[in-house]
Amino acid sequence: MTLANYLIASGLLFTIGFLGVFVRRNIIVVFMCLEMMLTAANITLVAFSRFNGTQGLPNLDAQTLVFFIITVAAAEVAVGLAIIVALYRAKQSIHTDDIQSMKG
Amino acid sequence: MESLLFYVFTAIMLGSAIGVIVNRNPISSALCLVLSFVGVAGLFILLSAFFIGIIQILVYAGAVMVLFLFIIMLLDVNVEEKRKVNLGAVGGGIFIALIFLGQLLSVVGDIPGASEPLADIDHQQALVARTEARGTDAIDGDRIAEELAEGSLPDVQLIGEAIFTKYNFHLQMVGVLLLTSTVGVVLLSKKKLS
Repeated sequence: MTLANYLIASGLLFTIGFLGVFVRRNIIVVFMCLEMMLTAANITLVAFSRFNGTQGLPNLDAQTLVFFIITVAAAEVAVGLAIIVALYRAKQSIHTDDIQSMKG
Repeated sequence: MESLLFYVFTAIMLGSAIGVIVNRNPISSALCLVLSFVGVAGLFILLSAFFIGIIQILVYAGAVMVLFLFIIMLLDVNVEEKRKVNLGAVGGGIFIALIFLGQLLSVVGDIPGASEPLADIDHQQALVARTEARGTDAIDGDRIAEELAEGSLPDVQLIGEAIFTKYNFHLQMVGVLLLTSTVGVVLLSKKKLS
């Protein structure tokens, strides 16, 4: 397999996540689609690390970056879900059409 | 064999990713997302990033998705009522996604080395480079050098070495971030903010 194959696979996953953020109205599913886009970026990083290796090994700086991204994503999910719970308490809905108090 | 596995894992990943946005039930979406992340972990392992693949399953498919399922269960929103679909948003979303995909596909071929096949991992060369960089004495009893000499890739040890030497400051910053997010979650989840 070539680098282009992996990049296209990750691009397709990113596009599906992007589409989900636009199309879906359930805020939890929108959040899941955000996670999907983050994972697509991780695939790109790992693919570049493997194909641009140095001295016979994959480039481990990229894999360290992926490790940090996964940690930050886990923290982000915890905070995001807490915000969703607080929003549900305030509005009794997780439908994005009902949450428009900041609409101009 | 490798290309067959690539297509199988990519099909699992993309198929269940479509399942996430097509399903009306949020629980089905969450379970589809778990399957999608398992496919991603398969791709990571195909790229010989074994540590990242295992972390992907443990952290994402395990911890993060259980958190999602907990929230769906707590909010009790498993039946989503039918609403009128906003055709403008759907059409615009598909349009922008297609433009993005078209741009991506036109760029991918121009990346240097995009169509070169996957080179094997050269354990011998890595061992020689490590010996030259550290001297023969330091290599003696070194776990990474031993595994490289046996012809296996010690990627957990190599990433650990990078994290605890070169990226030590970043690791401590991530620790602070986790503490901050814990405090933030506790504050956000309190019934009354006073």
